[in-house]
Amino acid sequence: MNYQLLLPEIFLFLWAILIFVLDFFWKRGKQNLGYLALIGVAITMFLSLTSQNGELFGGMFLADSFSSFFNFIFLLCGFLTIFSSINFIRKLSSHQGEYFALLLLSMVGMMFLASAGELITLYVALELTTISLYVLAAYLKNDSFAPLTTRSKSSEAGLKYLILGGVSSGLLLYGISLIFGLTGTTFLKGIKMTLITTFLTYQKIGPALILSLIFFIAGFGFKLALVPFHMWVPDVYEGAPTPITAFLSVASKAAGLAAFVRVFFQSFLVFQVDWALLIAVLAALAMIIGNVIALVQTNIKRMLAYSSIAQIGYILLGVVAATSRGVASVSFYLFVYLFANMGAFIAAITFSNTTGSDEIKDYAGLSQRSPALAAMMAVFMLSLVGIPPLAGFTGKYYLFSAAIEQKYFWLVVIAILTSVISLYYYVGVIRQMYFQTSTVEKPIAMPIALKVSLIISVIGVLLFGIYPNIFLNFATQAALVFHY
Amino acid sequence: MIFTPFLGMIVILFLKKEQENAARYLAGFFSFVPLVLSFILLAKYDGSTSQIQFVEKFDWIPSLGVTYYLGADGLSVPMLCLTALLGFVSVIYSFGDIKERVKQYFAFLLLLEVGMMGVFAALDFFLFYIFWEIVLVPMYFLIGIWGHGRKEYSAIKFFLYTLFGSLFMLVGILALYFTVEPHTLNMMTLIEKASQLTRGFQVIVFVAFYLAFAIKVPVFPFHTWLPDAHVDAPTAVSVILAGILLKMGIYGFLRISYPMFPQGAIYFALPIGILALINIVYGALVCMAQKDLKKMIAYSSVSHMGYCMLGIAAITVTGISGCVFQMVSHGLITGALFLLVGVLYERAHTREIGAFGGLWIKLPVYSGIMILFCLGSLGLPGLSGFVSEFMVFIGSYPSFKVIVPLAVIGVVITAAYFLRMIQRMFLGTFNTQWEALTEISGREIFTVVPLAILMIGIGVYPAPLVNMIKATMENIVHLVSG
Repeated sequence: MNYQLLLPEIFLFLWAILIFVLDFFWKRGKQNLGYLALIGVAITMFLSLTSQNGELFGGMFLADSFSSFFNFIFLLCGFLTIFSSINFIRKLSSHQGEYFALLLLSMVGMMFLASAGELITLYVALELTTISLYVLAAYLKNDSFAPLTTRSKSSEAGLKYLILGGVSSGLLLYGISLIFGLTGTTFLKGIKMTLITTFLTYQKIGPALILSLIFFIAGFGFKLALVPFHMWVPDVYEGAPTPITAFLSVASKAAGLAAFVRVFFQSFLVFQVDWALLIAVLAALAMIIGNVIALVQTNIKRMLAYSSIAQIGYILLGVVAATSRGVASVSFYLFVYLFANMGAFIAAITFSNTTGSDEIKDYAGLSQRSPALAAMMAVFMLSLVGIPPLAGFTGKYYLFSAAIEQKYFWLVVIAILTSVISLYYYVGVIRQMYFQTSTVEKPIAMPIALKVSLIISVIGVLLFGIYPNIFLNFATQAALVFHY
Repeated sequence: MIFTPFLGMIVILFLKKEQENAARYLAGFFSFVPLVLSFILLAKYDGSTSQIQFVEKFDWIPSLGVTYYLGADGLSVPMLCLTALLGFVSVIYSFGDIKERVKQYFAFLLLLEVGMMGVFAALDFFLFYIFWEIVLVPMYFLIGIWGHGRKEYSAIKFFLYTLFGSLFMLVGILALYFTVEPHTLNMMTLIEKASQLTRGFQVIVFVAFYLAFAIKVPVFPFHTWLPDAHVDAPTAVSVILAGILLKMGIYGFLRISYPMFPQGAIYFALPIGILALINIVYGALVCMAQKDLKKMIAYSSVSHMGYCMLGIAAITVTGISGCVFQMVSHGLITGALFLLVGVLYERAHTREIGAFGGLWIKLPVYSGIMILFCLGSLGLPGLSGFVSEFMVFIGSYPSFKVIVPLAVIGVVITAAYFLRMIQRMFLGTFNTQWEALTEISGREIFTVVPLAILMIGIGVYPAPLVNMIKATMENIVHLVSG
């Protein structure tokens, strides 16, 4: 067996342990642990990009172009999260080192999730990811620097996330057990073979399979924050430390989506007609409800929370299409969404570091106080709307094209109408920054770490809007893993 | 040519906040270069063929079938020149007008120019759409930051309306992409392949594109963003809005909708003709009721765009040529009118028509120029407005025997409201309240004179422009009616 395939995961795991250990001995200057974590992520990225394709343990672990594309997303997102946390973590009174180690562990979980070729592996990886995140969401709980409301909100976030995450894992597990009962295997390929044979014999799918599909969709739905499983999102996003919120909104969703796509396209593609319509309806609901509720938000974190609910609706357009173009567009959109959304959150972190506020109305006159920050925020917002030539447009264009190729015109029309709605609230932030004047003249402090991560995001948004070729090809490669 | 303003924008963004004059002169320079280039384009252009000239083409995003494909024909050359001219004029005019956040203002103005030039030159759908949308963003900022009155409301209204329309165009583009074999986004190839499309498909996609273009033109009932945006925008931006942005919609019809979906165009000829009539007459009637000078001119644009639509709907060579003529002449005339309104507003801080009177006595030069352009706008023979309206009517009469005579009423009403405005503002007894008004300055005269020369030039001797566009127009009509 070629254990080299596991090298990136093993390395990142050991690095996380190393940080845990060092944390005991390192009394001062814990933000250096953050830089250490960054180095670890960078090395893992290199390992993951250079690693070969193959499978281990009889197909339990798959290293292919799909998993390596998603690994790249997780690692990049983790990189930006760690980078933007370094300043924030200094303010914490305790447990500074564990923060980075937990983030790394969660990334290890995600990498396994994208590579899982078997349902139990998938489940364990999912738990590794989310349990680390439960802790991180509640990180401000005992922190003396934070105001009481922030503390209680953070512990509320952690608890809510824990309970609902637990329920959804339970649902998923139930779905897995039903599938195991029906097919006698937990390997995705085996499930596919058995289901096809059964289907060919009986020409229809039984109620047990439908039930298990529904459990799968509900279980993943919680992770992806699909409507109607989205209730936890705004509270958790608002309460969690902002870098963690950013991480949740991008990496955790990408991980959920990777697993979702893997399971549905590897095992259940035969019954595509049966689940595609359900997913299409869920996508439509997500776009409508997410965008409409986002309109009335006054807190930027809550606004971005609802916007991310809506964004997942757009992403599902590609899943519904169920073609190689669809999967490629999903992968590519997640990749460009990473830059825009991370960028928006990092800009919010920068802003609240100085002002201590997350209210959109406090952004008034930002273009006068800090022109560069305001301009970057404006670029992120416009990219999230999908205004060309920013990356968000290229991504949306690709998603829409996948859906139209499969003649889902009604879904695309909903996507369009809700995009117009979304313009209003995204541009609302720009309106505050540019059209209003501020009473405060003081510029926003931009520490070097935040500045660099903002610039990385802006470059991503601009570059992949104008010249997306490299990653489009990468995404197309990733989509070829499945047989349609 | 397209990217010189972009270069200018980058340079200006790197200036310091305090270097306001540097920003002004750089913007002037970077909008002058495309003007010179557009003259070169005009000189080199060969009007005897409908082929695309000055082609620039290379692969851009192969996996999505996107090419970078620019070129110009008899339809786009006049528009490119008009854009370059009005772009330059509005930059020069803004030298004195804009005193706050100068650097940002000129950066946005130049970005706007990039988008507009791109729209008129792009021959790949993806590229076209990108330029089409790029226009929205700077426009939103320009209205919202430097506008007057309910500027934020107008800015977001403009943005929402046009985005709504253009997203439908996006669906249309994608539907087209997947229907035509082999898949392509190249407009010229798509026009050749139009025969592959079934009639039902053409009708539906025509509607999707119609939404995008009709909102931009704007055709009744999508016109409500126009008066808001025009009135609240700063002067130079109103010039660009009226002079160029509205033409993007018409251009879209002529470049895309008609050649690509001929059956859709024929199917909707009558409804479009009727809507054009509503635009003409309704727009003119609303003008009669306006007290605000700028609002009146804004609504007169609605009315004048109706002539363009009428010319298009007729699908005859004369009608469509008249439409292109009207685009150019309306760009010149209305652009100048907005500049002149701006001149007055800057001095008097009001645009109430009723508040003035007998201005001729105090401001003879200003009044003379203003009246000249008003006469041009109402279609006085010898000025360009007359030629274009005449061509539209002649061209569309064979197709619409009832609508055209009714549309002529619009001309009468137009004359009525312009003459009434002239009478109330410039003639009569002088309102002594305006004793302190100063005459139009040299720089301001410099901005309107080229427009006046062109207006008179085209009006007296329209042959060069007609010859330039003729071959292309014949080709469009040939494509539509087969």
